[in-house]
Amino acid sequence: MSEVESKLHAIAGARFRLAIILTILMLVFYFGFIMLVAFDKPLLGTLLSPGLSLGILLGALVIVSAWVLCLIYVHWANNHYDKVVAAAVIEAQGRK
Amino acid sequence: MSEYWLAIFFFFVFITLTLGITYWAARRTKTTAHFYAAGGGITGFQNGLALAGDYMSAASFLGIAGLVALNGFDGLIYSTGWLVGWPIILFLIAEPLRNLGKYTFADVVAYRLKQGPVRIAAVIGTLVVVLTYLIGQMVGAGTLIKLLFGLDYVVAILIVGVVMMTYVLFGGMIATTWVQIIKAGLLLSGAILMTILVLVQFGFNPTHLFAKAAELNGQQVLEPGTKIVTGAWDALSLGLALMFGTAGLPHILMRFYTVPDATQARKSVLWATIWIGLFYLITFVLGFGAMVLVGKQGILASGGGGNMAAPLLAKALGGPLLFGFICAVAFATILAVVAGLTLSGAAALSHDLWVSTIKGGHASEEEQLKVARIASVILGICAVLLGIVFQGQNIAYMVGLTFSIAASCNFPALMLAIFWKRLTTAGAVASIVFGAVGTVVLIYLGPTVQLDLLKNADAPNHWWFFPLKNPCLFTMTGAFIVGIVVSLLKPEPSSEDGFAEMERRATLGVISKAAPAE
Repeated sequence: MSEVESKLHAIAGARFRLAIILTILMLVFYFGFIMLVAFDKPLLGTLLSPGLSLGILLGALVIVSAWVLCLIYVHWANNHYDKVVAAAVIEAQGRK
Repeated sequence: MSEYWLAIFFFFVFITLTLGITYWAARRTKTTAHFYAAGGGITGFQNGLALAGDYMSAASFLGIAGLVALNGFDGLIYSTGWLVGWPIILFLIAEPLRNLGKYTFADVVAYRLKQGPVRIAAVIGTLVVVLTYLIGQMVGAGTLIKLLFGLDYVVAILIVGVVMMTYVLFGGMIATTWVQIIKAGLLLSGAILMTILVLVQFGFNPTHLFAKAAELNGQQVLEPGTKIVTGAWDALSLGLALMFGTAGLPHILMRFYTVPDATQARKSVLWATIWIGLFYLITFVLGFGAMVLVGKQGILASGGGGNMAAPLLAKALGGPLLFGFICAVAFATILAVVAGLTLSGAAALSHDLWVSTIKGGHASEEEQLKVARIASVILGICAVLLGIVFQGQNIAYMVGLTFSIAASCNFPALMLAIFWKRLTTAGAVASIVFGAVGTVVLIYLGPTVQLDLLKNADAPNHWWFFPLKNPCLFTMTGAFIVGIVVSLLKPEPSSEDGFAEMERRATLGVISKAAPAE
């Protein structure tokens, strides 16, 4: 495997690992929320302040967490990942 | 009557504008790349709005607002579920889809497999999802328009069918994209305006609104009820369907081919997630607004099973003018969604079935465009007929069915094709067929059809009764298992050999920018 190939292999691996970690986080946040809805309704009904139950707060946080996870991924991929891949491709073409 | 006229006026403004865009788009639609993918010339931001426009159906606007207005908290279960599918699309699917495919998700599934069988299975998967989704949208359209505009059901269905076919037939993906962008903009600005008008009465603090709702309707509106989620297994199964169903909707997946590269594809999902999440948050506030300012009795009295909550709230907040505007936006919403669905169904029929399978990949541009347009007309007629046939049926289960099928039949095959080296043609086909057939059969044998629809009270005593409302837990995991087991039984060396090359291309999407096109 050439140097360029191994660079590409490494960055593809890094992307895959980040994607899997973020996917697992999203699954945990969402199914954690759903399992609380299914198993502990009274807990989610707890009032944190007048009008704001824990359930409503957690539901809104699931939506916010989806934003944050997407933002992390797109920031990394569109800045770091794309540059590394592009540099590797140019390097490979330069050697031909 | 005057409020109907205002709504009809706003609607005609929308129709005129979008038909103008269709005329403009029609002159630019010269090749299949334009027709299916808008020539790949849409930016990430634009595509994000269009994805949001494709996804924010009348069911999610009027349905969730109504659900919240009548039940409170429980609407959040759907809102969150429908949103969390988007990050999954971003992390796992968007890039390989953009880098490997051309017009349909079947391009990716069939990439290293035998074209014919996989494409035919994918066409079945696409059509089942598109048609069930269309039934839900068309019946919803007819019923709503009757309520909103006072138009006859069949007339309403025909208007939706004809206008939608005009967009797709002449303007293809370019027109459809802009219709979706405009609709998303209108829907978001209308909903934001209403939210501001609601919150101004509660000191811009949503919790004051929630507290008022609890004071009027009891504390239970702030906590999980028992109507949507009956048991833990049902909750898990519904959650899976909502989350992974999004990643199996053909009209959503198709939108990734309208952007030039993976960088823009990622941006589109980020924007779509932001808009859709914001939309669900404010819909939740609007639902509570309707509960307090219109009242449950008023919402139920107007018919439509809660669907009128948002329009009635608009009337309470801004009189006939805002009511007319929101009604027109709801109509526009349905039009944009059915246009996107029809286009993706047409792409499956012409690109996957006709060109790639029957003609072995050899067909002239003219022929491909002609077939795509004929397919659009056929689907449009199907949509109108299905809308008329299902008139008056309770179609609430249709949305659940659509997401279950999409999650069970398209999503597993797509995941296996992208990530699993040893997937074989037979494995992919078996997975898709199992997902589609399994979901339809289990929903038929389950409580939604047997108890709610057929009123067969004896059903739970039979051995064949399936206890979950939503079968996704079994059908989606089943589709993965079937795909894996069938693949392991008889390996396909050509597919394994093609994996490294496919992975390389999925990674090196950027090369397409450096290298000359084609």
